[in-house]
Amino acid sequence: MADNPSSPSTSSSVNPAAHPASIFGKQAVFEAFAGHPAIVSLEQLITDAKWDRQELTLGVAPQTILDAARAIKAAGYNFLEDVTAVDWYPTDTPSAPRFQVSYSILSHSRKERIRIVARVMGESPHIDSITSVWPAANFYEREVFDLFGIHFAGHPHLTRIMLPDNWNGHPLRKDYPVEGYR
Amino acid sequence: MSHNPLLDLETQEDDRPTSFVGSGAAVRDTTGATLAGIRPAEEILVPDVEDVVRGSASHHQHGSDPVVSQTMVLNMGPQHPSTHGVLRLVLEVDGETVVSLAPDIGYLHTGIEKTCEAKFYNQVTPLTDRIDYICPMTNNTAYALAVEKLLGLEVPERAQILRVLLNELTRIQSHLVWLGTHAMDIGALTIFLYCFREREDLLRIFEAISGQRMMGSYIRIGGVALEPPAGIYDRIRSFLNDFPEHIEEYEGLLNANPIWMGRLKGVGHISAEDAIAVGMTGPGMRASGVDFDLRRDMPYSGYERFKFNVPVSNGCDVWSRYLVRMQEMRESTSICHQALDLLATMHHQPLHADAPKILLPDREKMKTQMESLIHHFKIVTEGFQVPAGEATSSVEAPHGMMNYYVVSDGTSKPYRVHMRNADFANLQALETMCKGRLIADVVAVIGSIDIVLGAIDR
Repeated sequence: MADNPSSPSTSSSVNPAAHPASIFGKQAVFEAFAGHPAIVSLEQLITDAKWDRQELTLGVAPQTILDAARAIKAAGYNFLEDVTAVDWYPTDTPSAPRFQVSYSILSHSRKERIRIVARVMGESPHIDSITSVWPAANFYEREVFDLFGIHFAGHPHLTRIMLPDNWNGHPLRKDYPVEGYR
Repeated sequence: MSHNPLLDLETQEDDRPTSFVGSGAAVRDTTGATLAGIRPAEEILVPDVEDVVRGSASHHQHGSDPVVSQTMVLNMGPQHPSTHGVLRLVLEVDGETVVSLAPDIGYLHTGIEKTCEAKFYNQVTPLTDRIDYICPMTNNTAYALAVEKLLGLEVPERAQILRVLLNELTRIQSHLVWLGTHAMDIGALTIFLYCFREREDLLRIFEAISGQRMMGSYIRIGGVALEPPAGIYDRIRSFLNDFPEHIEEYEGLLNANPIWMGRLKGVGHISAEDAIAVGMTGPGMRASGVDFDLRRDMPYSGYERFKFNVPVSNGCDVWSRYLVRMQEMRESTSICHQALDLLATMHHQPLHADAPKILLPDREKMKTQMESLIHHFKIVTEGFQVPAGEATSSVEAPHGMMNYYVVSDGTSKPYRVHMRNADFANLQALETMCKGRLIADVVAVIGSIDIVLGAIDR
């Protein structure tokens, strides 16, 4: 929709009035946000997308998270806010893996944030660390490792950060009781 | 890539708040603002405790003069008074110079995120107070905004402005705690007493409004808890009228104080690139020259209606963080005045969203009307269902960017609540700031990043 991809027009930016409340599915989001820098930069990597509650969420395959992080950073999303996870236990199929790792990324110049999510399987969950792209991910990935048991390959010091080293289990997993093991 | 990203941000100062569209700056490559091409990410990563110990062992050379060729591992905290709670630092020191430093956290981990998953949405609000206990109202606001986003609730204007007023008073309160403890760490005890004198006034105001000095849980989903008591606005106004004089009083004691200047100037340097790379936000980031404030750049809760400046400094050191926060207190005072002016014109407006199945009914109605009684009973016993989805709210807390990420699966309990507190990321900047400096500077730097361990450990 944007005439010139190098200069954003209103159609390519997040303008709540210009879009319906929610758009689900890769194709529909691609059409509605044609020319949006985040979508342009990740075009080859996006597996799923949604625009819901005025937030853009882009799903990528876990194997490609490092490429996605580099691409989105090059597209102007310069600030990593947060890395966290959601456990969709007991769901765990190749089409809907158990863990959802969510990356919240902000662009200081566009004044806009996007969420990148990658779903990883519940059996020995692992994903690449993005500390080489954003050192800020260091503590966040350690936290997700500690509380969810997701391994971040390439993380320089992946040890427990909140709990003692001899702690049994990962508390934020849904199969871990709220009261803990007694 | 070679252009200075800070200049880009500065040039956008005047075209706020949403006019970035079409300004041409939006698609510019801003990776220059991060580490890319400046230095490898490994150099800026905060080490782990074991890395520091291992590093010290590897620096140990067996020679004729072991004292000269050895480094020492020094433990600081978690009960050290200058670590602002229960932060433990493990430092490798060469004489008095810091070689490396690792924060060890988790002493205050209470599993709040896990607890939230077992509570109804309304029951989570009191937990949010206890995360960053220096700014409970800000936590309440961030949580309420996230859940309101999930529910699609429209909060009345008057409640929004009241939230802004309370958030700014909380910011002043938080900055007073920071200034008092920071100065006390440096050895200026008088400031602490002065700051807590004014903070006491604010806590009494909070008590009058919410019934509690600190853990008020006043800002609720869909609005605020109660109508503020009569005469409270006059009381706030009189506090605000006196407050600028008090700021001058603090500055009178500090600005020309040679010890204060000597301990702060040039200490704890962090460049804008490094600050962004480690995820620093808030006054610390703005003191490194990055001009970004959520209240102005991504307004929430009606901040777009207020006129205020965002203090920015290019000093990058502890001294500039001090200057930025002092100026922020002045700006907050001005925002509070504007909020009081606005509130005076909207007495008639409601303080709650119109959603009887989500918000608890008025007490009087609950006792006299059958329908309200049913709603009350249902909300208290069963909670309310929130449509499935995920939402992130983002507010400018006194310490920096505070995000609440709430995931709903359609039931009456949140599926996941995650808090992104500024303190957690700001702590990652500690090593960069302290490396190569003296142990005494570490104390000054900890004071300047203004951390609350409750927010870090959750």
